[in-house]
Amino acid sequence: MFDVAFQGLLQVFLPHNFLVLFIGVFMGIVFGALPGLTATMGLALLVPFTFTMSPAAGLIMLAGIYVGAMYGDAIPAVLINTPGTPAAIATTFDGFPLAQKGMAQHGLVAAAVASAFGSLVANMVLAAAAPPLAEVSLQFGPPEYFWLGIFGLTIISTLSTGNMFKGFLAGTIGMLLSAVGMADLGGDIRLTFGFPELQGGIELIVALIGFFCLPEILSSVIGQRRAAYTEEASNPKLSVVWEVIKSLLGRPWLLIRSSIIGTVVGFAPGAGGNIASMVSYNEACRWDKHPEEYGKGTIKGVAASEAANSAMAPGSLIPLLTLGIPGSPPAAVILGALMLHGMKPGAELFSEHATVTFAFIMGLLVAAFLVTIIGSFGSFVFARIINIPSRYLAPAIVFMTVLGSYAIRNNMLDVWIMFIFGIIGYVSSKLKFHPAPIVLGLILGPFVEEGLVQSMLAGKAEGGTLSYMVLRPISGVLIALCLMSLLWPAYAAWRAKHRKPDDVCQVPLEKLEASDEE
Amino acid sequence: MKKMLVIALAACLCLVLAVPALAKYPSDPIVYQIPFGPGGQSDLEARRQQPMLEKILGVKVIVQYKPGGGGSIGWATLVKEKPDGYFISGINIPHIVLQPLARGNAGYKTDELEPIALFQATPIGLAVLKDSPFKSLADLVKYAKEHPGEVICGGSGTWSGHHIAHLQFSKAAGIKMTYIPSKGAAKSIAAFLGGHVKAVWANSNDLVQHADKIRVLAFGTKKPFPNLPAVPTFESLGYKIYASIDRGAAAPPKTPAAIIKVLQDAFLKISNDPKVQEQMKKDGFVPLSMGAAETKAYIAEKVKEWGPVVKEFKK
Repeated sequence: MFDVAFQGLLQVFLPHNFLVLFIGVFMGIVFGALPGLTATMGLALLVPFTFTMSPAAGLIMLAGIYVGAMYGDAIPAVLINTPGTPAAIATTFDGFPLAQKGMAQHGLVAAAVASAFGSLVANMVLAAAAPPLAEVSLQFGPPEYFWLGIFGLTIISTLSTGNMFKGFLAGTIGMLLSAVGMADLGGDIRLTFGFPELQGGIELIVALIGFFCLPEILSSVIGQRRAAYTEEASNPKLSVVWEVIKSLLGRPWLLIRSSIIGTVVGFAPGAGGNIASMVSYNEACRWDKHPEEYGKGTIKGVAASEAANSAMAPGSLIPLLTLGIPGSPPAAVILGALMLHGMKPGAELFSEHATVTFAFIMGLLVAAFLVTIIGSFGSFVFARIINIPSRYLAPAIVFMTVLGSYAIRNNMLDVWIMFIFGIIGYVSSKLKFHPAPIVLGLILGPFVEEGLVQSMLAGKAEGGTLSYMVLRPISGVLIALCLMSLLWPAYAAWRAKHRKPDDVCQVPLEKLEASDEE
Repeated sequence: MKKMLVIALAACLCLVLAVPALAKYPSDPIVYQIPFGPGGQSDLEARRQQPMLEKILGVKVIVQYKPGGGGSIGWATLVKEKPDGYFISGINIPHIVLQPLARGNAGYKTDELEPIALFQATPIGLAVLKDSPFKSLADLVKYAKEHPGEVICGGSGTWSGHHIAHLQFSKAAGIKMTYIPSKGAAKSIAAFLGGHVKAVWANSNDLVQHADKIRVLAFGTKKPFPNLPAVPTFESLGYKIYASIDRGAAAPPKTPAAIIKVLQDAFLKISNDPKVQEQMKKDGFVPLSMGAAETKAYIAEKVKEWGPVVKEFKK
């Protein structure tokens, strides 16, 4: 096992392979950073190029793209409050406030370091314990997915402390939006108002760009006419890199917990990085001694989100490599690439093709280190982006939003939907609604629905829906987590009474109020 | 009279202009739309064909994704495009037949799609896990007769190939089973391997991939499936069930026959390539080489076969 792993590592450092890995990481960062271009697209685009390479080189390149994209999505999340991919939603919660304080570089470096750490932990798990974990991942049936979705929804209660009603209303709106289009289960056409164009439903990334990005631009243009995109200019320094690395490594538990959450969510087939990073952010805030720092711009929040979504990538490869079940869309593309190179997922990947498989796993590992280096030094360049005056930056960002929402499905309708959501997002930010619960509902709606519908169908055949949904070990654990999460705000309020008044997790609403004074 | 003359002249003019355009086809890049996301089987096939198409046709071929609605968003786009041969799309049967039947308005009609060719079939089979008490299809039918509704079959989607096969088989065998749809084949395979369903309707490539852990009870093919020759066909067991997911390509409505022919010949040249066929067979697919006319007839036959089934079960 260890000598095979070492063989794989040697493969990665062959000059040609290392070059394609570097190119892969760089391309991945670009694909992750541009909203509307996803890791899946980057991988699919490059699969044909890997045909001409050796299987090891081809897979190493794909590893680089995947890992790079998982970090790249943090760059726009920090700089312009727009998650590059859905997995970076939680990164915006603290990343953008950091940028507004003139600490964009802190956010970018924290994201790079945490991404690398998350990759590292998840890859060690993948290399050491993939087969038994894959068996666990198969235990996830309809009821488990339902409860996992519900657990995700309970995060809303933490995100909207102080105004639970608004939070849950927003979550409900998000779930309603997720029901638009053709129902995957049942095939009914819902909420399309007779437009067949809407049968494809609302694309998550389009909603993200609309809700997260446009309101910020509108705020910076309307009313205040800020000269710069953020109040404080960013001034990158080398000392910041060391400061952030020291500060994060001084909190190993935060990184380890986030990485484990990411890995676990990753190996549940179908649960994505967006859920992983949300859950991780929530837990980080909950267990922190200073929850009041979250949402106001702390590197801890950025690290929690990024470590989890980067850990999810290798996590989703666990069921892929051992069982041939892709746990995420990018994993599905990697499955295609494996098949085209004549490598069938399953036991033989770890015996017959072990060298190539471990070259791939080690490629993921080395890619994580490359991400730290590229991300840390890139932060000097990226962080200066927000120093560009608003009158140049805002139109450029609007152009990107249009491009991104069109590119995701080559669909003009998506661009209009994005604009509508942007206006709704702007108005609702004035009404102190945070977009996060809406987006959370949009992500988790289909998840909860699929679990519920399947459980009800199966429960009928199994002799009792309720017992089928509750009397299962993993369900039990998830239900306990849901209850804990729901009751937490009450406990936090009690704790706050005995400590500081604002001692609760709260997503920043004051940043949205910044543009109120007209 | 004057009007007639104008129309006649215009028609002549059109012909004169159209002929050289046809003679030169193709001269511009061709957009090859995939109505699904990247990474699926339709995408993989298009990526395999892309360089070969470019070589045969001598122009660039751009693969463009337009996912949504199980393919319907892409096909609704196709039927609105110019019929000049520079925008074609992948098609999937049964999708293009069942969507208009099941949805009322899918954004396109089956007969609006102008078929070019079919190049790949994915037979659908019914499988159980290796340790299942059902050793044969007869065992499953017997159990389902005694325990109506208790056999849970997984599958991908509603009003999909898997779902229709399930309905047709239940009806033919006179049994009642529970069908649990999943969003996509990967998820239904995961639920099946995890033991959350008793049986699964699945595509041949997935069944071949997991062959060591499962027992396929029957395939919806006419002849035994070459990769797993020991598995009986539904027909050989007395059920007239023919189920597969077929992939091909189509052009917008009213595309001139000459253009269709150029495209058809290119696609068939690829699908008849022994190397391509070899690769497809290895992955668990059945290579097809059906031209435009043959594909049209096949689709019409399927509309006749499935129309009543959808009507009967869709309340």
